[in-house]
Amino acid sequence: MKKIEAIIKPFKLDEVKEALQEIGVQGMTVIEAKGYGRQKGHSETYRGAEYVVDFLPKLKIEVVVPDDLASQVVEAITNAARTGKIGDGKIFVSQVQEAIRIRTGETGPSAI
Amino acid sequence: MKPGYRAYACVGVGAVTAWGSAAAPAAQPLSRHQVALQLDTGATAWMITATALVLMMTLPGLALFYGGMVRRKNILATMTQQVAISALVTVLWFLVGYSLAFGVGSDALQPWIGGLDAALLNGVRPDTAHNLAKGLPEYLFFAYQLTFAIITPALITGAFAERMKFTGLLLFMTLWHVLVYAPVAHWVWGGGFLGKANVLDFAGGSVVHVNSGVAGLVCALFLGPRRGYGREMMAPNNLVYTTIGAALLLVGWIGFNAGSAGAADSIASVALLNTILAPMAAALTWMAVEWRERGKPTLLGLLTGVVAGLVAITPAAGFVEPKAALIIGAVSGPVCYASAVWLKNRLKYDDSLDAFGVHGVGGLLGALLTGVFATAAVNPSVGEHGVLQQAYGLVVTILWSALATFVILLVCKHTTGLRVTPEQEIEGLDYTLHGEALHE
Repeated sequence: MKKIEAIIKPFKLDEVKEALQEIGVQGMTVIEAKGYGRQKGHSETYRGAEYVVDFLPKLKIEVVVPDDLASQVVEAITNAARTGKIGDGKIFVSQVQEAIRIRTGETGPSAI
Repeated sequence: MKPGYRAYACVGVGAVTAWGSAAAPAAQPLSRHQVALQLDTGATAWMITATALVLMMTLPGLALFYGGMVRRKNILATMTQQVAISALVTVLWFLVGYSLAFGVGSDALQPWIGGLDAALLNGVRPDTAHNLAKGLPEYLFFAYQLTFAIITPALITGAFAERMKFTGLLLFMTLWHVLVYAPVAHWVWGGGFLGKANVLDFAGGSVVHVNSGVAGLVCALFLGPRRGYGREMMAPNNLVYTTIGAALLLVGWIGFNAGSAGAADSIASVALLNTILAPMAAALTWMAVEWRERGKPTLLGLLTGVVAGLVAITPAAGFVEPKAALIIGAVSGPVCYASAVWLKNRLKYDDSLDAFGVHGVGGLLGALLTGVFATAAVNPSVGEHGVLQQAYGLVVTILWSALATFVILLVCKHTTGLRVTPEQEIEGLDYTLHGEALHE
């Protein structure tokens, strides 16, 4: 099983969700995050006092899928989340050691 | 018993004794500040309303206005200051404040301070009126003036936001009420020497705004800047609250200015109109300056412009024509922008919420322009007046406020202490001073 973590721009959530549903991904976890990479922050000015805000709002999406679905998931997220502008985000793929469905106690690929 | 507590205990015993011995029977003599009430029902109805409006300016107007501007970890503490000051000043006004400001003690002292004849509302009865407001029950006059006594120190908190000890605040405000607010109110309104010198201050440009603004500056300089000032992120936590607060201030200010007419008449009406014209003009001119200087017009800028205009029109509201109000407002926008933004950033003092920049400077400007634009055509009580008289009143107020505030700060520093510890400041005052926090 593979875990795919994707940091994306918040407004891209609906597109990414639909793209994943289309390839058969049943569920996902979404976490509100903030971060920066090469996309620098922005500045806000309040009564002449300027503050540089390094962190920008992002969303982190996590899905766990069977090994054979992983590359399709990466492709789907990439296409849905891309704007072509700096700050589009990143995707990480890692190995999942174990998965358990809490309700039934199932383990392994049938749990995801 | 700790020294401060002894004083409170004495006052407490005195209060209970006076209360217990309050006599009732008819035909009691009038105190020197009193006349027999000649009830003006229209004025009374309006002034009861105005009292509510001005109280609302502090609670929750200023609480929200300031609360939204500080960092999230200090929002509750900032609001706590407003509520605590309201409670403290109410009791102090009852005990001594009203009497010192509006009472008459001895002839020799009258130019400087009232007496204690009306302390604990002694002699104030349903059938008495203050000679300044013959048509209003004295209870009402007391209450209306109380709301001014409350908001004036509440404004100062903007200067030392996010770093003041609560115990220091309480002691500071107690001393400031008695030593600064009551005397200045007496000098301008209560029959003291500034009023007698024809210094015009319709609703408190000097008594409230210059007074609190200058005190604020002294506090900001004395306490020093917040940790990380100029480096760390200190953006307002919620401008929605600030907007609501500013709107409550604007609407409440109708009670502040139009209520200072003390009657339901043309003067109150021109004060009302001026109180709307000036802030709107100021909002536009502030916005214009900011747009040009910073590239974008901001919500905070518009709101601050509104407040600057309100402050500037306060001494003038019932003395000037509407077109003068527009001018006063329009001028106050850029002037207060210069003091709150440019001057503060240039000299690097941390008047955190611009108590001096907006209230001090706005009040000063308004007071001077009152000397220019006041006219008997609007208000027959406008006699000999001029910019020089206004300047005289300002200099006296500024000097006394600065000096007395400084001394009070020294007293507080060496008793309760003034500034929270660096650890408290970093963690936030909500939790460290009050044990409370916001929860999602």
